[in-house]
Amino acid sequence: MSAASPTVSPASARIARFVIYGLLILLAIVYLLPFFVMLITSLKPLAEIRSGNMLALPQNPSLDAWGKAWGSACIGVTCAGIKGYFWNSIQLVVPAVTISTILGALNGYVLTKWRFPGHKLVFGLMLFACFIPFQAVLIPMARVLGMLGLSNSTAGLVLVHVVYGLGFTTLFFRNYYEAFPDELIRAAQMDGAGFFQIFWRILLPSSGPIIVVTVIYQFTNIWNDFLFGVSFASGERAPMTVALNNLVSSSTGVKEYNVDMAAAVYAALPTLFVYVVAGRYFVRGLMAGAVKG
Amino acid sequence: MTIRMIAKLAAGTALASLAAGHAIAQDNSVEVLHWWTAGGEAAALNVLKENLEAQGITWNDMPVAGGAGGNAMTALRARVTAGDSPTAVQMLGFDIRDWAELGVVGNLNDLAEEEGWEAVIPAALQDFSRYDGQWIAAPVNVHSTNWLWINGDAFQAYGGGEPQSLDELYAMLDAFEEQGITPLAHGGQAWQDTTMWENVVLAVGGIDFYRDAIIDANADALSSDTMREVFDHMTRLAGYFDPNFSGRDWNLASAMVIEGDAGAQQMGDWAKGEFLRADLTPGEDFMCMRFPGTQGNVLFNSDQFVMFEVGEGARDAQLAMASAVMDPAFQVAFNTVKGSVPARTDIDDTEFDACGKQGMAELAEAAANDTLAGSLAHGHAQPAAVQEAFFDVVTQHLNGQISTDEALERLPQAIAAAQ
Amino acid sequence: MTLTVEPSTPVRRHASLADRARAFLPKIVLAPSFALILFFVYGFILWTLYLSFTNSRILPIYELVGFDSYVRLWSQPNWHMAIKNLAIFGSLYIFFCIALGLLLAILLDQRIRGEGVLRPIFLYPMALSFIVTGTAWKWFLNPGLGLERAMHQLGWTSFKFDWLISTDMAIYTVVIAGVWQASGFVMAMFLAGLRGIDGEIIKAAQIDGASTFSIYRRIIIPLLRPAFLSAVIVLSHMAIKSYDLVIALTGGGPGNATELPSTFMYSYTFTRSQMAVGSASAVMMLMGVAAIMIPYLYSELREREK
Repeated sequence: MSAASPTVSPASARIARFVIYGLLILLAIVYLLPFFVMLITSLKPLAEIRSGNMLALPQNPSLDAWGKAWGSACIGVTCAGIKGYFWNSIQLVVPAVTISTILGALNGYVLTKWRFPGHKLVFGLMLFACFIPFQAVLIPMARVLGMLGLSNSTAGLVLVHVVYGLGFTTLFFRNYYEAFPDELIRAAQMDGAGFFQIFWRILLPSSGPIIVVTVIYQFTNIWNDFLFGVSFASGERAPMTVALNNLVSSSTGVKEYNVDMAAAVYAALPTLFVYVVAGRYFVRGLMAGAVKG
Repeated sequence: MTIRMIAKLAAGTALASLAAGHAIAQDNSVEVLHWWTAGGEAAALNVLKENLEAQGITWNDMPVAGGAGGNAMTALRARVTAGDSPTAVQMLGFDIRDWAELGVVGNLNDLAEEEGWEAVIPAALQDFSRYDGQWIAAPVNVHSTNWLWINGDAFQAYGGGEPQSLDELYAMLDAFEEQGITPLAHGGQAWQDTTMWENVVLAVGGIDFYRDAIIDANADALSSDTMREVFDHMTRLAGYFDPNFSGRDWNLASAMVIEGDAGAQQMGDWAKGEFLRADLTPGEDFMCMRFPGTQGNVLFNSDQFVMFEVGEGARDAQLAMASAVMDPAFQVAFNTVKGSVPARTDIDDTEFDACGKQGMAELAEAAANDTLAGSLAHGHAQPAAVQEAFFDVVTQHLNGQISTDEALERLPQAIAAAQ
Repeated sequence: MTLTVEPSTPVRRHASLADRARAFLPKIVLAPSFALILFFVYGFILWTLYLSFTNSRILPIYELVGFDSYVRLWSQPNWHMAIKNLAIFGSLYIFFCIALGLLLAILLDQRIRGEGVLRPIFLYPMALSFIVTGTAWKWFLNPGLGLERAMHQLGWTSFKFDWLISTDMAIYTVVIAGVWQASGFVMAMFLAGLRGIDGEIIKAAQIDGASTFSIYRRIIIPLLRPAFLSAVIVLSHMAIKSYDLVIALTGGGPGNATELPSTFMYSYTFTRSQMAVGSASAVMMLMGVAAIMIPYLYSELREREK
């Protein structure tokens, strides 16, 4: 909806528009500041960072810090930058997001279109699972991963993220499919379509918006996770956030703010990309279901 | 897509269990968990890595920085719980004992006997490297926390001698204030606050009081008048900080001294590495001295590589690593960079700078005179739970959240509750 | 495996087997996820509960000692501080995220040119973890390095912004950074809600001569009730779990001024070697979550029935 009302006089309407744009632009500047500081700092040489104003634009912008962060910064005894860890994260995120999204879609489908006695309890339990503080599950999880032979591996970390993402993905799809007309399902059943056929042919093709929401949500959470990464995959399989932390919070030596910031921007790029590109669908997806509950 | 992903995951699972199954076979690699992630420390650790690689042993690096080793200990818990311990783990003091108590550490007795560790490692360190007489860890270095670092120019301008007591320290800090610089650079983090506090405890009460109050956690000592004096000194010292000390990393506080924005910093000898990397010369561009009032005493902490229990196949590589840690060449290479002194007492001091030489001599002296005690702030005086209880009171007092009276009342309570 | 099925088995039985299998299929599809959650969430909660009655320190011990760790927990000044801070942080965080999120959504909903550019600007902080932005924030808020210094350099020397280093105010800097991160997400939820409102209702109100303000107050905002509820749930869940935020900004300091239950639990479990106390605090946190969530879930799921 829109509130530009025809009854207001043109002059006051113009003032209103002015205020609205002014507010929006001001807020946008405030929201952008932290990232702006990261970006310009990564382009400055160290001396300029120490002596200059943090908000000032770089006098001689240089990409040296970016090159170093990517390819030659030392993390532990290996000085090969963060690029390896970047790929670790990709290898982790892709299967974890895919699996948890597919399971969430199937769960949402069952919980709305194939209800059985107790389906609410099942859903309630799955939803409440979203709220468990992750710090509390580290030790038993480590034990289970050890027993499965998945300790310190990407596969183990994928399992962890799938398990603790299921609550959210199920929630998203359930709320979305809730609004999906049951008549269509019944009609398809009459035509002899089975469980998977209905899902595949009828629900999935119209699930675009909610898939976008779920993928964005899961991608962001898993990419940004530090706690599980540091506990279950430190070392060579470490995800990006763990490597970034090693780089940034090392306690000795000259703090190379520009390299730290460049590495942080690298770590932020994939999620930023996803938000900017898919942001429009995000609101659309939320509209289509997720906000209902 | 789905099936491919699932297949991938399944393959990963199979691969991982395959790897686990093969652990019994000869494994010529070591996995090392540590938090020396950057700068000179990592470079120094590289010496160890290269030494091992020359022997055909692969080094799997597992660096986990942050939280003064806190994150590393979390990762370690996860690995040990999973039954998949790393080969060697960097660790401090009482943590070593805690892990040894759980029976998950290895046995280095044969190697230690063969190489004669007992004769060259100070007894105070052996208290931590051995558990029930069994060697479990290879000590890398000995750090000492009771040091004061002073900017050379500011010190020249002050013109006085090295402060020998807290009163002389205040005189010097007053002079720095008149020079228009921050007299005392400090980083407001619990462990840094407590590092300063333990220095003041030692300066005010002497080594016996330190042992009584901190090592034995005697409740009477903790609420005594001497302790009141300690807290009063802390309040007074805090008056010499700049307002923005909260949360500052220690190396940034060192940088203030290096750049002449601040006059002095109380910090352990690892701070020296910062000064050296800035190309400053000890004795000229910066001064290193014992914290006033603590001369003749040494508060120490020691980084050790604790060897965890690993499969038979990985034992040889583990022993090779332990031996390489104790190699005099590594101890020199590492400690000249790190600012600490070698854990071995039989190492020549020619490679070390003036501060390092002083540190080595004073360590030997303190060990001989029994004036060597473990540092509280660095896990060598109390187990983690009690140590953190000290941290709570000290840092809240220094930040003005509680008064001296409250601190004296709370200190014994908090410690009793944590024990 | 040998084939023992007789070729003469009646066709009817085949069908009924297949039917039964088909009837079970949805449950079979759901079962793995549900089993995973039962085990990895509820099993682990029970495990944590058990551990809270032991004397576990560095690693789990399974010998029960009663309520000792709960007594210890409630005797810790840090825990009281954590709860007090959660109350301050949680309420301000939720309030400001919703207020700002709603404001942004309403502003963006005024047929704004360039909405496509502005929307991601407000949304992007949600994409970044505090592991990434923490250094920048810490820097920004530090009076000696960041905003205060920058303003002084620009000539505004009376400018003062030193909350980060003040024991009384530090928790509010955590709120600021938290609101920065999450308010865009809330905006997206409200925007979705606004876009879902039927334009006819608004037109009818306008014809009746209602002012823009009263249309929002009387009609639109009440219609956004579901979005409000979702926002509160999502935000309270993020408030309780906030951990990276505090660690990145203040590390719990100055002193213990910004301790939260999540940081308390982590430090007691992992760095202070008092795992039983950490588990007890986890149990208390879960009870708190349950106190909010169970009534909500109950009413929500009942309502759906109608």
